[in-house]
Amino acid sequence: MATKLERMAGSKHRFLLNMGPQHPSTHGVLRVVLEMDGEYAMELDPVLGYGHRMHEKMAEVRPTSGFYPNTARMDYLGAILFSHGYVGLLERMAGVEVPERAEYIRVITAELNRISSHLVGIGAYVLDLGAFTPILYAFDDREKILDILEAITGSRLTYCYFRAGGVSRDIDDTFIRRTREFIDRMRNRMPMYHDLVTDNIIFLKRTKEIGLIDRDMAIRYGLTGPVLRGSGIAYDVRKSEPYSIYDRFDFEIPTGENGDSFDRYLVRMEEIVQSLRIIEQALDALPDGPVMAKTKKIKLPAGECNYTVEAARGSLSYYLVGDGSDTPYRLKIRVPSYANLSPLPELCRGILLSDLVTAMGSLDLVIPEIDR
Amino acid sequence: MSGYFSDLITGSKSLLVGLGVTLKALVSPVVTVQYPREKIDVSPAFRGHIDLMKDETTGTHRCIVCLSCMKACPCQCITVEGEKQEGVKGKVLTLFTLDFTKCSLCGLCVESCKPHAIDFSDEYELAGFSREEFFYDLLKRVKERA
Ligand code: SF4
Ligand code: SF4
Repeated sequence: MATKLERMAGSKHRFLLNMGPQHPSTHGVLRVVLEMDGEYAMELDPVLGYGHRMHEKMAEVRPTSGFYPNTARMDYLGAILFSHGYVGLLERMAGVEVPERAEYIRVITAELNRISSHLVGIGAYVLDLGAFTPILYAFDDREKILDILEAITGSRLTYCYFRAGGVSRDIDDTFIRRTREFIDRMRNRMPMYHDLVTDNIIFLKRTKEIGLIDRDMAIRYGLTGPVLRGSGIAYDVRKSEPYSIYDRFDFEIPTGENGDSFDRYLVRMEEIVQSLRIIEQALDALPDGPVMAKTKKIKLPAGECNYTVEAARGSLSYYLVGDGSDTPYRLKIRVPSYANLSPLPELCRGILLSDLVTAMGSLDLVIPEIDR
Repeated sequence: MSGYFSDLITGSKSLLVGLGVTLKALVSPVVTVQYPREKIDVSPAFRGHIDLMKDETTGTHRCIVCLSCMKACPCQCITVEGEKQEGVKGKVLTLFTLDFTKCSLCGLCVESCKPHAIDFSDEYELAGFSREEFFYDLLKRVKERA
């Protein structure tokens, strides 16, 4: 029987629901305004800007070297990948040759960083769906990566390790030994993750066919990274326009078939395996030599330059316009999560609130990267 | 109907396999460190806040007041001042402060210092109640250690 309040509201009654800016499943300060019909989300508006720190503006008021620490603050999970893009841009623009050894070290640390980012992505995603255990295992593995990287970069999250022309510090035998140990460990752990998460019936029921993005929609929204590859498009900057020395390694681009949340999860899992392969090849081929180019002070010419890398969440571009001084006139950053967020309103029209959490989590958004 | 039962069977199996994984973790070695009762060693590469280094031979710091750390710092958190003194070559350091509230721990200052006068400290337990607690007088600190 309808109560008095229900009769007053009528059968077409809808209400607005604020999800965030401090909702645990929005991973950072994203606010989503939902128009709810009972438990179904009918319309959706993401509200951005809570974490805006004007990084692009900061780049315009300081010498190029002063922006190194900023790169890590945008994507705190894939900090090395973000600095890779920035130093790559400076080197391309100033025409600096990077020593071979430095390039190998960059690839090794960047791929380690990618794995740790995916581990958080997967762990936090499963946590969103209500399973608490997997994130602890994922963090256990991630902790190993952080220890390895800390011993070499001096920091656990905001690495600030790459410099235009090389890296700030050489790796040692301990690093190589520990990285090899990690590769073995991680390979042994993968079946455990599949047992615990991939084959779990609750996980399957909650992710299969949820948050479907077909090829067409993926291209329409300009998606990149695991979200795009989950929809079956094998696009990866490391393959399509190899930067650094990625053309020397043998690895595959995993893709999904249906483009649902489950496929995006599987792509991330498979990318961990591929990253391990790249690290192993790089360690085998690691040459000796300096890790920093001779030219300490880089000079930027007037003009413009773009550099694109594959960050953990997709394609990341730095675009710099210089006026001949060592302070950029403009630095534009194209971050993957911004485009990856954009299909959310279409994706979530008319689905259950709990499925919305599934679909949003599978996009693996990092909000500070969107807000910058 | 048969779909329901096969779901039930594969579902129970997958849950049992999952439980097996957690059971194995239950008997495997503990990875958690009981901070603050237990502590792990800080990696030698750890980038804490900067500190003036004490030169063992002279018993004091090595800073020559070249100001390159001040210029390299993207956050303007270092203040260095020096003055000419009778009978001493070069400048003598009179003030070296670090505003740690603004420091982004990037390490550019340490890299820019030619005489290796500054390095990272390995302190990490740095909670405080007021902003002023994080304005460090590094010159005073190095003298206290001397
Ligand atoms: S670590 Fe970076 S931010 Fe901190 S004082 Fe040195 S240069 Fe400045
Ligand atoms: S600490 Fe080093 S860089 Fe800074 S003023 Fe002293 S000598 Fe120069």
